[in-house]
Amino acid sequence: MAKGFVKITVERCKGCGFCVEFCPTRVLSLSSAFNSKGYHPPNIVSAEKCSGCDLCGMYCPDFAIFGARHAR
Amino acid sequence: MNESTLEIPYEIPLEAHNPVEPFLRMDRMPHIWCPGCGIGTTVNCFTRALLDSKANLDKVAVVSGIGCTGRVAGYARLDSFHTTHGRAIPFATGLKLSNPELQVVVYSGDGDLFAIGGNHFIHAARRNMDLKVICVNNLTYAMTGGQTAPTTPGKVISATNPYGVFEPSFNLVALAEAAGASYVARWTTYHVKQLARSMEEVLNKKGFCFIEVISPCPTLYQRRNKMGDGLDAMKSYKELSKVRNGARTSECDLTKSGEIVVGKFVDRDRPDYFELLRNQMTESLGDRYAEPEVSCSEC
Amino acid sequence: MHADPKGVLTGVHFLDGDHACCEGTLAAGARFAAGYPITPSTEVVERFAWRIPTVGGIFIQMEDELAASIAIQGAVWGGAKAFTVTSGPGFSLMMEHIGYAAMTETPCVFVNVQRGGPSTGLPTLPAQADMMQARWGSHGDYAIIALCPNSPQECFDLTIQAFNLAEEFRVPVMLMLDECVGHMTEKVVIPDAGQLSITPRRFTKKTPEEFQLFAPQADQVPDMVKAGDGYRFHVTGLTHDERGYPSMTVDTQNRTIRRMQTKLDPLAGSRAIFEAENLDDADVVVVSYGITSRVAQRAIGMARQQGVRAGKFRLISAWPFPAAHIAELAGRVKAFVVPELNLGQMVHEVERAVAGKAAVVPVSHAGGTVHDPKLILNAIMEAAR
Repeated sequence: MAKGFVKITVERCKGCGFCVEFCPTRVLSLSSAFNSKGYHPPNIVSAEKCSGCDLCGMYCPDFAIFGARHAR
Repeated sequence: MNESTLEIPYEIPLEAHNPVEPFLRMDRMPHIWCPGCGIGTTVNCFTRALLDSKANLDKVAVVSGIGCTGRVAGYARLDSFHTTHGRAIPFATGLKLSNPELQVVVYSGDGDLFAIGGNHFIHAARRNMDLKVICVNNLTYAMTGGQTAPTTPGKVISATNPYGVFEPSFNLVALAEAAGASYVARWTTYHVKQLARSMEEVLNKKGFCFIEVISPCPTLYQRRNKMGDGLDAMKSYKELSKVRNGARTSECDLTKSGEIVVGKFVDRDRPDYFELLRNQMTESLGDRYAEPEVSCSEC
Repeated sequence: MHADPKGVLTGVHFLDGDHACCEGTLAAGARFAAGYPITPSTEVVERFAWRIPTVGGIFIQMEDELAASIAIQGAVWGGAKAFTVTSGPGFSLMMEHIGYAAMTETPCVFVNVQRGGPSTGLPTLPAQADMMQARWGSHGDYAIIALCPNSPQECFDLTIQAFNLAEEFRVPVMLMLDECVGHMTEKVVIPDAGQLSITPRRFTKKTPEEFQLFAPQADQVPDMVKAGDGYRFHVTGLTHDERGYPSMTVDTQNRTIRRMQTKLDPLAGSRAIFEAENLDDADVVVVSYGITSRVAQRAIGMARQQGVRAGKFRLISAWPFPAAHIAELAGRVKAFVVPELNLGQMVHEVERAVAGKAAVVPVSHAGGTVHDPKLILNAIMEAAR
C-alpha cells in the first residue's frame, strides 16, 4: 500500500502538466480524456509509488490536485 | 468526466482537503489565470508559508496592485486590498503604519511594482518599511496583452516591441538591494519548496523584504516568442537556474534564454521604520513623546 | 461623541488658515497624515508633523502625491482617521486616488489650498480654479463632498465638519481652501473638547459571517470595518457587489454607481451648508464662497447703502451643489451675481439651477489676488437695473 494518495478536482484542472512532470515518483500522467472545459486532467498511473509529498499540490496553479500521507 | 468517474485505485480519506482551500475565497473559483500560468503556484507556496509560520491569519493583510498577479488579493481569504496600478506599496505603508500589529504582504507583478510603482518601491525599501513584497515576475504586462515591461529581456518580442525589445531590462534583485531592502531573494515557480521557505522567512523577519518569483506567462510571453507553454517554461527554469545563495545581485541579470541565478542574496538586519521613528522621537522628545495610537475601533 | 482632548488645543489663538486647519484635523481625531510639500499648503502638514508626536499619531512625508493620496486610504482601512493636503498640481496627481476613495467608499479628507493655475501657475497666490476639478477631476461617475471655508476660524470648524461628513457618508471630502484664507492670520477660538461634536466611524456590529462591506444601511451608506478584526474583507476599485467582490456586470454597475451618488443627496437639499443673509427682500443675490465671499460681503454692504436690495448666499458646501435652494430663490429674485477667483466655474451650476428664471452674472477673475469690491459692486448695480 502506498504511503500517500492524491486527490484530483477534475473540473478545475487546466491540463498544464506541472504535476505530471514534477512528481518525483512519476505517479501521474496526462489522461486522454477531457473534462467539461476540454482540458486533459492527470491520471493516476502508479498509485503505489505515491509518497504523499504533495509536490503536485504545490505546483498546481489551479488548486486542482493535492497529495497527502495516509494516516498511520 | 468528473470526480465520480475518475478511476481512483484507493480510498481517499473523507476529511482530506487541499491545504490551500481555507486560504482562498472558494466562492470565487475558478480563477482567471491561464493554463500554465505560475501565479497559482506562488499562491500555494504562500499558503504553505502562512501555515508553517503559524501566522494569525486575522492579522495578515494582502495588498495588490493591478495586473494578473494583482488578482491575488481578490482570491485570498484574508483582509485584502486590490488597489490602483503601482500604488500597492504606499497603500500598504499607510495600512501598516496605522495598524502595526498587521503583517502586511504586498503581492503584485513586475510591471505594477517596478514601472509605474518603481518610485514607491525604492522609497519603501529605503525606509525599511516593514512590508513583505512578493513580486511575481512574468517578464511582461500580461493582463493588458503582453506589452514590454521594464523586466522584459532584450530581443524578446512583445506587443509594444513587435521587432524585439532593445531597452536594457531591470535587475530587480540588484535594485532592491541598492534601495535598501533587508531581505532579497529570487526563485522561480519551479522552486516551490525554496520559495515557500523564503516566504516563511520573510513572514518572520522585520523590515522591507523582497522576493522575486520568475513565473511563466504562456499565453503572451511564451507564445509570442515561440517558447512553448507553461510547462516548457518550467522545464527551462529547471534547466537554466543555478542556486547561488549570497551571490552578488549585480551579477544576477536575466536574459532571454540565459542562466537564471536564484537564491537568497541579501538577509541583513537594519532597524525598521518604526524603530527609527521611535528612537528619533524619544531622543528628541523624551517623555513628551506619545506612542502613536493611530487606529481605533471607536474614532 | 466628543473630541479626544489630546488633540484639542483649547484656547484663543492667532493662527493662519493652514495652521487652523491642522488644529481642526487633530481635534477631529485624525492621527495619520501623509503629504508632499507644495505651496501654499505645506504648513498644514508641517504643523501636523510638529504636533502629532506629542498627541500620539503618525505623519509621513511620502515620495509624491500619488503615494500620499493612497497611503491615507491604507491608514483608514487600518482604522485611522486620515487626511492629506495639497494644492493644484498635487490635486491633479491625486485624482486617480480620489476616485478610488469614492469607489471604495473610504472616508478621508483631501485639503486643497488652491493657488493660481493651470500647471505651475502662481504658487504663492490665491485662486479658486479647482472647484470643478474637485467635483469632476477623476474619471467615471462618482460624487464627493466639498466644503469652502472663508476664514481661519472656518478652516478649523469646517475641517472637523469635513471629517464628520466623511464618516457619515463614507466618502472622500474635499476641503477647498485658497491661498488667501490659508495664509491669512486671524483669531481662532478652539473650545473645550467636550464642546466639539465628532462623528465616530460607523463600525459594523455584525459578525464576520453576516457582514458585507458594501451592503448599504437605510441611509444608503454601508458600515465600516478595519483590518485585523477577523472580517477577512476585500476592497477593490473594480465594480463590485455588496460583498466587495469584483462583479463587472451592467446590473451591478447600475446599482452600485448610482447608490454612491444618491447617498449624498441630503447634502444637496436639507443638509446643504450655506450662509444666507438679506434674502427675504433681495432683488440681486450674490453667490460666492471662500475668500471671495469676504469681498462680496463688502460689495453687498456698499450696494445696500446705495439702495440696492442685495442679498448674500454663501456656499459652504459647494458639492453636492445646493441646486434646489438656488432654484427656489430664482423664482423670486431678479438676478444672481457670481464672483469667483476663476474664469467661471460654480457659476455654471448656478445657471443650471436658475434655468433661465433670472439673470446670472459672472464676475470672473483669472486669479492671483482677490477681487476689487468695486468689480462686484458694479455687477450688482448693473444686475439691479
